Amino acid sequence: MTITTLSEIIKGNIASYTKNKADFNFCFASDLMSDVLRIDTDEMLLLTGLANMQAIRTAEMADINCIILARGKKATAEMVELAEESYITIIESPYSMFHIAGLLFQNNIKPLF
Amino acid sequence: MKLEFTISGGDFSKAGFASSEVKKMLKKINVEPKIIKRVVVALYEGEVNVCAHAYKGKITVDIDGAIIKMQIKDEGPGIENIDEAMKEGYSTASEAVREMGFGAGMGLPNMKKNADEMQIESKVNEGTTVSIVHYLK
Repeated sequence: MTITTLSEIIKGNIASYTKNKADFNFCFASDLMSDVLRIDTDEMLLLTGLANMQAIRTAEMADINCIILARGKKATAEMVELAEESYITIIESPYSMFHIAGLLFQNNIKPLF
Repeated sequence: MKLEFTISGGDFSKAGFASSEVKKMLKKINVEPKIIKRVVVALYEGEVNVCAHAYKGKITVDIDGAIIKMQIKDEGPGIENIDEAMKEGYSTASEAVREMGFGAGMGLPNMKKNADEMQIESKVNEGTTVSIVHYLK
């Protein structure tokens, strides 16, 4: 699934856009960044309610290039700057994590385990 | 090639800066992406640990041929029981650290998982030194 399609499905706002042509098949949802850092899979979406710099840093270290911020959380200017430097797309969605996870699952995005 | 960084305890705004710089350097010298990920995840968890628990710290990264040696040395309260601290879920982190998305007792186990070799030395009320080795081949 491309960034544009993904954003449409979750009524998202693309806060930081990068030109990567990622095609996503998997998603991991967590507010705990150490759990995200334990995942070996690349090219997955990170779905989180944690809207701070550490969410972007975690994505950078884990080679994740798209973060969905749930529950109407907004990325700060500092987060957007760091995300764009690191080629990470941030999508802000008004929906809860559970709602977003359901929509993604319906659209064939798979869980990691 | 040697890189050095200083870390201020409690300053989460800078946590991850050193790991990011190391990642850029390893990419530049064409290290395999899977190895880069292991190196920077271990280092990033270490940086977060210093921010979360110590007063200040220093990171040194030594890239020498086929070996990367990293040392994360801090001045802080130290670790009373290293065996306990290595258990998943054991944490002494504050609420502020948890709000940053960490502090659930996965830091040191994650570092070990992503290291080829790891050693911890700690003295209570003095500080902790974590030494990590990665082999590039």
